[in-house]
Amino acid sequence: MKLIFEKSLEGKRACKLPGCDVPHAGLDKLIPENMARNTDYALPKISEPELVRHFTALSKRNHGVDSGFYPLGSCTMKYNPKINEDLSKMKGFSGAHPLADETHVQGCLEILYMMDKMLSEITGMEHFSLQPSAGAHGELAGLMIMRAYHEKRKDMGRKKVIIPDSAHGTNPASAAMVGYDVLEVKSDRRGNVDINALKELISGEVAGLMLTNPNTLGLFEEKIMEISKIVHDAGGLLYYDGANANAIMGVVRPGNMGFDIVHLNLHKTFSTPHGGGGPGSGPVGVKKHLARFLPSPAVRKKDDEYYFEYNMPDSIGRMKSFYGNFGVILKAYAYILTMGGKGLKEVSETSVLNANYLMEKLKDHFKLPYERICKHEFVLSGIKQKEKGVTTLDMAKRIMDFGYHPPTIYFPLIVKEAIMVEPTETESLEALDNFADAMIKIAKEAIQEPDKVKNAPYNTAVKRLDEITAARRPVLKWSQDR
Amino acid sequence: MSGYIPVTKAQKRHMLDIIGAETESSLFSDIPGDIRLKRDLDIPKPLVEMELYVHMKKLADKNISSEDKACFLGAGVYDHFIPAVVNHVVSRQEFYTSYTPYQAEISQGMLQAIFEYQTMICSLTSMDVSNASMYDGATAMAEAALMAVSAARKKTVLVSKTVNPQYRQVLDTYAKFCNFKVAEIDYTGCGHTDIGRLEELSGDETAAAIIQSPNFFGVVEQMDEAGKVLENQKALLIACVDPISLALLKSPAEYGADIVVGDGQALGNSMSFGGPHFGFLAAREKYMRKMPGRIVGRTQDRDGKPGYVLTIQAREQHIRREKATSNICSNQALNALAASVYLSSMGEEGLRETAGLCVQKSSYMYNRLLELEGFDPLFSGHFFKEFVVKSKREVCKLNKNLAKEGYIGGLHLGKYYPELDDCWLIAVTEKRTRKEIDGFVEVLKNEAYI
Repeated sequence: MKLIFEKSLEGKRACKLPGCDVPHAGLDKLIPENMARNTDYALPKISEPELVRHFTALSKRNHGVDSGFYPLGSCTMKYNPKINEDLSKMKGFSGAHPLADETHVQGCLEILYMMDKMLSEITGMEHFSLQPSAGAHGELAGLMIMRAYHEKRKDMGRKKVIIPDSAHGTNPASAAMVGYDVLEVKSDRRGNVDINALKELISGEVAGLMLTNPNTLGLFEEKIMEISKIVHDAGGLLYYDGANANAIMGVVRPGNMGFDIVHLNLHKTFSTPHGGGGPGSGPVGVKKHLARFLPSPAVRKKDDEYYFEYNMPDSIGRMKSFYGNFGVILKAYAYILTMGGKGLKEVSETSVLNANYLMEKLKDHFKLPYERICKHEFVLSGIKQKEKGVTTLDMAKRIMDFGYHPPTIYFPLIVKEAIMVEPTETESLEALDNFADAMIKIAKEAIQEPDKVKNAPYNTAVKRLDEITAARRPVLKWSQDR
Repeated sequence: MSGYIPVTKAQKRHMLDIIGAETESSLFSDIPGDIRLKRDLDIPKPLVEMELYVHMKKLADKNISSEDKACFLGAGVYDHFIPAVVNHVVSRQEFYTSYTPYQAEISQGMLQAIFEYQTMICSLTSMDVSNASMYDGATAMAEAALMAVSAARKKTVLVSKTVNPQYRQVLDTYAKFCNFKVAEIDYTGCGHTDIGRLEELSGDETAAAIIQSPNFFGVVEQMDEAGKVLENQKALLIACVDPISLALLKSPAEYGADIVVGDGQALGNSMSFGGPHFGFLAAREKYMRKMPGRIVGRTQDRDGKPGYVLTIQAREQHIRREKATSNICSNQALNALAASVYLSSMGEEGLRETAGLCVQKSSYMYNRLLELEGFDPLFSGHFFKEFVVKSKREVCKLNKNLAKEGYIGGLHLGKYYPELDDCWLIAVTEKRTRKEIDGFVEVLKNEAYI
């Protein structure tokens, strides 16, 4: 499809502006020549109907949750309620300036205040900061809190963070940013943290352990209390990566599992849309002994009035401008109000039921590396099909032909030819059955007609793309002479 | 049962039978009993859509909206015009309900849109490479500092005190934990970064200097001179810019910037109490492999048809883990898409007119304010859409009076600069009319408030 620049034609323009209604001087008087732009720049010249057709055509080449099933493991692609989109566009929210007098934005402050309270209740924490913009940003804030805590206690020798080999890539990347060396702890045969390996790694040099629970295999860390004791006895802190919190709401809380620091992904668990890559929101929460290290400012309430508290001398500081991705936070707030406490538990129970059901239907057709109850997602291996020369990548591409977004593939790294499926609670039984049928068909095709799978996809806007050349000879923008 | 959960009770029973599980709770038998929650979550009782709407409307009505009062408050977030097409495009579910485009063949729409976005950002900034967006201007700036520290293998980053104070706070947070030092450069009586001080402070350990133009005071900086100083010192220049101003002001490449960052809210994103907005980050080609975040590249499919993919991923956390250039994963793609639609809708001509209106209207208002008793100029530098005036009357009180009359007043600069306690930072975008500006001035003249 042509780029918008290739549809550009001199003389066309969509948006018209009013004339200047104040007495005006020549621009050269206000912007002297030595400050003025001398080089050209190119933006599209296009009329409004053509602009709309262009972006509509692009949208048709994209798969969203509303288009169909999106079982992208670890991403919790659940339905994004429409009402919440409308609410975020109410003028009192969309037109609120973040530096307005606090008395003029009490509605916004109330939402932030209530979200701190409700997320704390859901996770068993004391306080949350809504500032981090995404999960990885929440991790960064959480690890800064970890470091600030140890340093405040003059415990300066803790330079290492333990992370399981099944963890998201953001965990080690965040730890490294904060200056920690990463110690990788391996998983045992049940897919959980290997307790003996953990005992060998733990020492007074360890600042903490980062854990996703259920982990990225979709399996609950059954020995979580033992893990917690090992880490705490050595003076470390326990960090909860909330990417998989959709499995446990109302059932068990990270605070009760011994976690000290938590981040949540509002764009996963709390139904806010992911926008093709963002915006997300990654609030960070802590137990009482760490509350003073949270990012500043915090929202507080006095005599029915909400205000920002800036006087936080031990705070790690500011993580972003203003107070977080407010428009995302308010959608998550509306979601929690819609579901209520019991509803959130039903979300988790149904997401776990859907995952176990789908796992049951698929386990005879793909290798299932860990045969036990899963939580909200499960991981298959395409190793049987690989023996016939068909890779997991091939099968993922083939799934697109059936109108589905592929599951997450080649992650976690500890499962060969991994296929990670997360159906979420917003899929019907009918949708799950249809998807299972398609997957089973592909598994059979891989054996009977391997070339058919290897050449997939067929029904997408483009056929399989050459990613290697893209990286070797990068073309990262359009230019006129190309 | 919630309307968002499409599985009936009978279906659940059927599914449990297939699984071979007795009850739903038996699917949680791997969670030790003693840590399980033995009560309901203490969360208000659920609201249905009708009730939710009323509740949220009540909260929204507690806020003052720029749609009801003329907004002269800026300081990093601005009340610019947003054409209707922007919201219509970003409200297409195929865009907003999709995830990061890991699987390219089924995500060509978003990938091509990001490629177009990267092209527009490169064009505006005259840089070679743009990434797919950052969280906001402040974090884009902090990540640019990390990039510079890594590229130059030096540990100090200089930052002008005229850079947005909240951006500097974020930079301080990152510096404290990510192992680099920050030193601040003072400003002159013109409202410019003190270039003499920049020269004195930059030395062998200086990785980069960060200068914002137009700066937090609205003043256009002497970027040419800053560029020359840093070139001599072999340190990088990180320019933090207002994207709309680039329609008129010298492009960062012209004054020797190596990395360009800024906040993109002004490009088609509503103020939304400070987010979601997005940050942009663009750089010269030699820094491409040091860049954080997603980058989209053009390639071909098996039939030779052009297509787009996420690329140069060997920098990123999901491949490189602890050796990644940054930990960023989610960005602000939908807000960047809004910017693409905005810029496409405006075109070069529209953007230039927008920038021109900002300059003319802010200049008109500046002069009108200085005609009044009790208001004096502070800085002599040229400004773009925001300016500072000194007031003999208490700034907070002025804002309170203005609010009563339907105006959102400017920023009390004392909040961030104790030495500027009697100063007022006022933003005038293309949306402000002469009637609003004159009305604002009339309120200040109103004897009832003096």
